[in-house]
Amino acid sequence: MYNKGLIVPGLVVFVIIATFPFWYNGLSAGPVPKPELPPGGEKQCVAPAEVMRSEHMSMLNEWRDEVLRDGHRVAVVADGKEYRKGLQTACMSCHTNKEKFCDSCHNYTAVQPYCWDCHLTPANIVAKKEKP
Amino acid sequence: MKYGAPFLAVIALVLIAWLGSLIPGMQYVFGVVFPYLAMAMFLYGFIRQVVYWGKSPVPFSIQTTCGQAKSLDFIKHNKLEAPDTNSQVVARMLLEVLTFRSLFRNTQARIYSGPKLTHESSKWLWMFALLFHYSFLVVLIRHMRLFLNPYPVCLDWLEFLDGIFQIGAPNWYITDICLVTGLVLLLLRRFCQTKVRYISLANDYFPLFLLLGIAITGILMRYCLRGNVDVVAIKQLAVGLATFQPTITADIASIFYIHLFLVCALLVYFPYSKLMHMGGVFFSPTRNMRNNTRAARHINPWNPDIKPHSYAGYEDEFREFMVDAGIPVEKELPAKQA
Repeated sequence: MYNKGLIVPGLVVFVIIATFPFWYNGLSAGPVPKPELPPGGEKQCVAPAEVMRSEHMSMLNEWRDEVLRDGHRVAVVADGKEYRKGLQTACMSCHTNKEKFCDSCHNYTAVQPYCWDCHLTPANIVAKKEKP
Repeated sequence: MKYGAPFLAVIALVLIAWLGSLIPGMQYVFGVVFPYLAMAMFLYGFIRQVVYWGKSPVPFSIQTTCGQAKSLDFIKHNKLEAPDTNSQVVARMLLEVLTFRSLFRNTQARIYSGPKLTHESSKWLWMFALLFHYSFLVVLIRHMRLFLNPYPVCLDWLEFLDGIFQIGAPNWYITDICLVTGLVLLLLRRFCQTKVRYISLANDYFPLFLLLGIAITGILMRYCLRGNVDVVAIKQLAVGLATFQPTITADIASIFYIHLFLVCALLVYFPYSKLMHMGGVFFSPTRNMRNNTRAARHINPWNPDIKPHSYAGYEDEFREFMVDAGIPVEKELPAKQA
């Protein structure tokens, strides 16, 4: 082989980059997120758990558009229970802990939703009320 | 046929993954076996091809000279276009690899009424190529969020910048749109420019269709067909693959397996196709050689080792036979001792 001194190191660098995830993780898959179930013990949600798991972001986006842009604040009814459309009014009334519920999966999958640019978490609200 | 067959091939790949992933038990094959197989074939094929190229000698110094070579002191040397030292070659290669300067130089011949022939600069290919390659790179790096646990913080910055328009949820990425745009433009270039269309072959169209398939299934999975696309389960599978303990913990939608299977197909196809220009660009003798033919002689490495043989040496070797045959010699045979 010609130019071994250049080609072999080049190949080594390429293989290291191409297999980056293999050695970065160090054969340890790390912890799997376990989102906290509602502390109040609610068993029912606006949709089944699998649907919520994969589609909650689309639903929240639709709610946001309906409420803020079209003014449709009609409540969502699921299994006879009424939910007011909204992150704080619907979701956070049962899933009260953002850090233990939302963040557990979002941190795992590197998702940074911009909900919290405007919304307050229950912990935020408590902290605000305590301030004089 | 040139574009019909590759298109149908991609559709067939989609159908194989779609129907295959619906068969119980086949999820493991599509989610674990094929990705490992594809990665192994990719690495093996890539190394094999590079070693093969490394073994090929370069018989001539064939750099393309695009500027004044190094000459006398008062003649200005164009260091980038006619590199004289290794560091100048590295600079030229870096610009070639990162900014595609060869494509930037592209010209197009046109005939205007008159008739008048012009060779005008044509930057479209260069622009489309930049758009596609850099979008693809960012998309590839973004996907590392699914393979690395815990993921490095720089992925957060990339996600933020890529989704800075904050359109919809999940966020629309700029590179998603640029990737598809770049691919469609590269494809339209082959379809619409008659000269390029004439020289385009099935193996020019197939990678474009395959990459389009990957991009479209990825975008559909993220924004449209969300049903059963549980990102946590997908990340568990991806991290599992990267740590050799793969698990499929949930019923993941077919669109995910289609996307993954097309990526596997790309990985397998890559080392045996024109896509190897990724490694090949570093092996282009027209780019990676010094333009110093006036200063240094390039020796063809496959030249046989032939020693110079002067006439005097030749005569020394054959003098007796020459004298026997009556051929005049410059130096006579030594006088025979009586």
